[in-house]
Amino acid sequence: MKKILQQLKQYKRDTFLCIGLTALEVIMEILMPFVTAMVIDKGLEAGNLPAVYRFGAVMIVMAILSLIFGALAGGKAASAASGLSANLREAIYANIQTFSFSNIDKFSVPGLVTRMTTDITNVQNAFMMVIRVAVRAPLNLVFSFVMCMIISPRLSAMFLIAVVFLVIVIGLIMVVTLKIFNQVFRRYDDLNASVQENISAIRVVKAFVREDHENLKFSKASKMLYDLSVKAESLLAFNNPAMMVAVYFCIISVSWFGAQFIVGGTMTTGDLTSLFSYIMSLLMSLMMLSMVVVMISMSLASIRRISEVLNETPDLKDPENPVMTVADGRIDFDHVNFSYKHGSGKNALSDIDLHIKSGETIGVIGGTGAGKSSLVNLICRLYDVDDGSVSVGGVDVRKYDTEVLRDQVSVVLQKNTLFSGTILDNLRWGNPDATDEECIEACIAACADEFIDRMPKGYQTKIERGGANVSGGQKQRLCIARALLKKPKVLILDDSTSAVDTATDASIRAAFARQIPGTTKIIIAQRISSVESADRILVLDEGKINAFDTHENLLKENEIYQEIYHSQLEGSGDFDQPA
Amino acid sequence: MKKKKTKAQFRSASDIIKRVIQYMLHYYKIPFLLVIACILITAVATVVGATFPQKLVDDYITPMLANGSNDFSSLASDLVQLACVMAIGVVTAFAYNRIMVNVSQGTMRHLRDDLFRKMEALPIKYFDTHAHGDIMSVYTNDVDTLRQLLSQSIPQIINSVITMTATLVTMIVLNPILTIISILTALVMLSVTKNFSSLSGRYYVHQQVDLGKVDGFIEEMLDGQKVVKVFCHEEAAMADFHKVNERLRNSTNKANGYANLLMPVNANIGWISYVLMAIVGAILGINGLAGVTIGTVVTFVGLNKSFTNPITQVSQQINFVVNAAAGAQRVFDLMDQEPEADEGYVELVNAKEDRDGNLIESSTRTNVWAWKHPHKADGTITYHKVEGSLVLDDVDFGYTDDKMVLHNITLFAQPGQKIAFVGATGAGKTTITNLINRFYDIADGKIRYDGININKIRKSDLRRSLGIVLQDTHLFTGTVMDNIRYGKLDATDEECINAAKLANADGFIGRLPDGYQTMLTGDGANLSQGQRQLLAIARAAVADPPALILDEATSSIDTRTEKLVQEGMDALMKGRTTFVIAHRLSTVKNSDCIMVMEQGRIIERGTHDELIDAKGKYYQLYTGNFAE
Repeated sequence: MKKILQQLKQYKRDTFLCIGLTALEVIMEILMPFVTAMVIDKGLEAGNLPAVYRFGAVMIVMAILSLIFGALAGGKAASAASGLSANLREAIYANIQTFSFSNIDKFSVPGLVTRMTTDITNVQNAFMMVIRVAVRAPLNLVFSFVMCMIISPRLSAMFLIAVVFLVIVIGLIMVVTLKIFNQVFRRYDDLNASVQENISAIRVVKAFVREDHENLKFSKASKMLYDLSVKAESLLAFNNPAMMVAVYFCIISVSWFGAQFIVGGTMTTGDLTSLFSYIMSLLMSLMMLSMVVVMISMSLASIRRISEVLNETPDLKDPENPVMTVADGRIDFDHVNFSYKHGSGKNALSDIDLHIKSGETIGVIGGTGAGKSSLVNLICRLYDVDDGSVSVGGVDVRKYDTEVLRDQVSVVLQKNTLFSGTILDNLRWGNPDATDEECIEACIAACADEFIDRMPKGYQTKIERGGANVSGGQKQRLCIARALLKKPKVLILDDSTSAVDTATDASIRAAFARQIPGTTKIIIAQRISSVESADRILVLDEGKINAFDTHENLLKENEIYQEIYHSQLEGSGDFDQPA
Repeated sequence: MKKKKTKAQFRSASDIIKRVIQYMLHYYKIPFLLVIACILITAVATVVGATFPQKLVDDYITPMLANGSNDFSSLASDLVQLACVMAIGVVTAFAYNRIMVNVSQGTMRHLRDDLFRKMEALPIKYFDTHAHGDIMSVYTNDVDTLRQLLSQSIPQIINSVITMTATLVTMIVLNPILTIISILTALVMLSVTKNFSSLSGRYYVHQQVDLGKVDGFIEEMLDGQKVVKVFCHEEAAMADFHKVNERLRNSTNKANGYANLLMPVNANIGWISYVLMAIVGAILGINGLAGVTIGTVVTFVGLNKSFTNPITQVSQQINFVVNAAAGAQRVFDLMDQEPEADEGYVELVNAKEDRDGNLIESSTRTNVWAWKHPHKADGTITYHKVEGSLVLDDVDFGYTDDKMVLHNITLFAQPGQKIAFVGATGAGKTTITNLINRFYDIADGKIRYDGININKIRKSDLRRSLGIVLQDTHLFTGTVMDNIRYGKLDATDEECINAAKLANADGFIGRLPDGYQTMLTGDGANLSQGQRQLLAIARAAVADPPALILDEATSSIDTRTEKLVQEGMDALMKGRTTFVIAHRLSTVKNSDCIMVMEQGRIIERGTHDELIDAKGKYYQLYTGNFAE
């Protein structure tokens, strides 16, 4: 909660202005009944027209003032609330930018999107409600009660009874419903999960003709949500009647005792009328407060979910005095152990000791889960090692400024993404200052120029979201070109040519050898043909180094390598197509 | 076209609310009428309670003070009567609040169920052309906006209308001339409400659009967040985000700003009208015009207040109503989508042979399937055994009418034959399989299944007769057993286990913590890609269909699992007509016929050996791979 409110920042002023203006508005509202009493007592009842004019004029002035205060307060409330939500979104987004890969893995994209839209909207609405009502209700409450005390301390006891009754009843309702609401939210998540599942698997549902089956499953889940919601809200249905009971109790008791007091001469008729109007406003403010409580409690779940992201601290931090230059493309793994969940005992990599010279081309091969991606992800410090160390250019990666390191160690990820924008826009992710010529040059090296040239708009072709309008192979080649533009000292291709045909794959590698001979190149692949020309090939198996040697030697001696080689020759290999 | 639509949205805000109410009435007519009745009684009790102080002063206190009486017995009996009326009011208030919970929650439940049922009935095209996040948000964001509308705004509005009507009648009876002032005030307030709410309504629409943009931005960028990290693009991403975020803040601010004006403006117009009433009343009363007495004026200023108060209260609800209209619009947009059409009439039935060797329909499961084909012309019914021959005859297809992606596709598959498709991404391989099970309908040509035009076969029966293993495996929340049984809902555990064995999945399932009872969540996130594929194969195997569509996964699986998958697939294909989108050479080699596709056409066809001899595209593909 506190963390959320901190995000008010520049809108703090609007918040306080709103509260202050509302206070002024409330004061006008509280004074209004006095003046109306004057209009009636001194003007109408006395048949005094000038008095009516006089007090009428006062009332109109007050109404206009109250309108101005109210309108300004409303405007400030809107500005503060929308400002808060904008700041919250910005804060969440900024925090996500600091996340390391392991932080990112923790949250799902749809989950983050819901947090930044629905949840924040909930908080925004609750906040606006609170700052508008938070002053109004207590002020009204206190003032009304004080007035009652002044008019008739004896009758005020009646209010006290009513107020205590209401507080107890509404309090009880709140406590119980809050608990149920928490369950409701959980059911709600389940329901949404099942919708999500159906949307993404709609082909399976339809192919197996399971529409009715899914309908039945869904309506069961929705029935459960319904039952629980009804349970929670039927308790809330007591709120209104409870309030009425309190009001009616006051009316009847005040009527009874008030009549006796008046007849007994200890009270006036005017007092009685005023008392009635204060009873109403007193109980109204209580009701408003209870609404605020409901509002807050319903947005609590949202607040919790937002805080989860805000409180997530990135687990990779830049060192105090970072090294700002990378000497060369030398890479050393020194007895590295690594796990995705620290201390889980399930090591993704165990005791990796590996030394790569600057400018070498290294192939990496191994089955799924062998640790290929994990290995290269450590080089540009996307994750931190558990034990041992990884050095680039002779310096531990943890000592570098992250940005410097990642500029010099360029990695083409396995699951890669292009963004909406032109091809050039996408390429310039690698280097914002790259000239058109440099971009084209990179594309030639990545063999992307041939298909770009065939596109009607060439390099100005718009890439759709997620690269939906280019084929898998084209996407991979664009991603390689983008990585090349960084002019890195180390280039890592994580299975980045799997959708590219073998001939193109070979010419990309040839271009690497020609154009960036000094760059250390690490190529992860499934195909033997992609790695066989490498200087050395690393064979990984279950997170351990199985062998590290040339193609020829491995073919002679290494069992795993032989198995993969033969399986691809025998024809269970990838029958891939030129894109 | 687009402009027209936004205009239509504006005009129809009240239409949409009307439709929501109609929808509610459809399910909850009687409860809702009961609610109205209860609100009516409650309102009467409220009015009685509110006017009692006046009565107390006029009928009891003033006379008692005048004649010095000390007899409270008639007041006591009146108070008891009042208490009874109030008690009824409290009871009816509880009743309508309570009934309304069922009505509003129930309406939302029906809405969700209907939405879901509708969604399941939509054609695949809908899912291919709409962002999944957008569909999701109808359930998460839009249905919820109706909650406030149904459970609070509607009862509040009914209540207000009743109170206003009751007050208006009283006022007219008391003094028609002074009533005019009240009505004028009310008209001013209503027009203010209308103007402000249409202003804020316009910005609410902006807000929803901007919210959508923020949504899209976040989704795209977060999907590629790892790339953002690798390229140190964080600051640029922040700057872009700031732009869309600022636009959203602006429209939200305006929408709420205008909406927030309503309450203070209306409340104070109420006060000003109070003053007007007092002045006009005083002038009339003091001069004794139009039958106005000072007493009536005092009563009237009070009545005027209770006449204008409801308008202020309703205007507080306008926010919710406008918001709900925007949400309901999207809900109904989805509800109004055309469902998948199905004019097929040929059914898939269990069959057995009678003594003469003719196929007859059987009500029990026989594992012999037949097409039940009613002939409209002569009213006879014929039965064909389901064998699994598939013929595509000169088929053209395009996802949109103006751009064909498949041209002149002709092919024959005899029962039990295996047809492989190879070719580049986008050549149209997957598209062909989408046509066979009618996820999409062809533009021209014919597809025949066992000699029957597939358009004549009921879609559900057509799909039941075709097994499918997709490239992306989707699993459902539930146990491993549940997921296999998805292929055949009444399969016994034994059948499922046999299917798993056939698919080579039994081995890894045995190693799972709870075996077949292991819970899978989040689309089987706890399984590896290969294991998920094995389960998908088992799921198809338990359905035991005569024909199969396989989309081999391109994603890299380790050699050992791949071997298992391969063997599982081979076992599944045995004896079935199979269309396979192939990526593995072994699959291709074993096919009866290979179709090489390029840009929506079949450019070569034949067996592996024939195609190698032909030295065409296939030869290039083959040699490009292995003889560099």
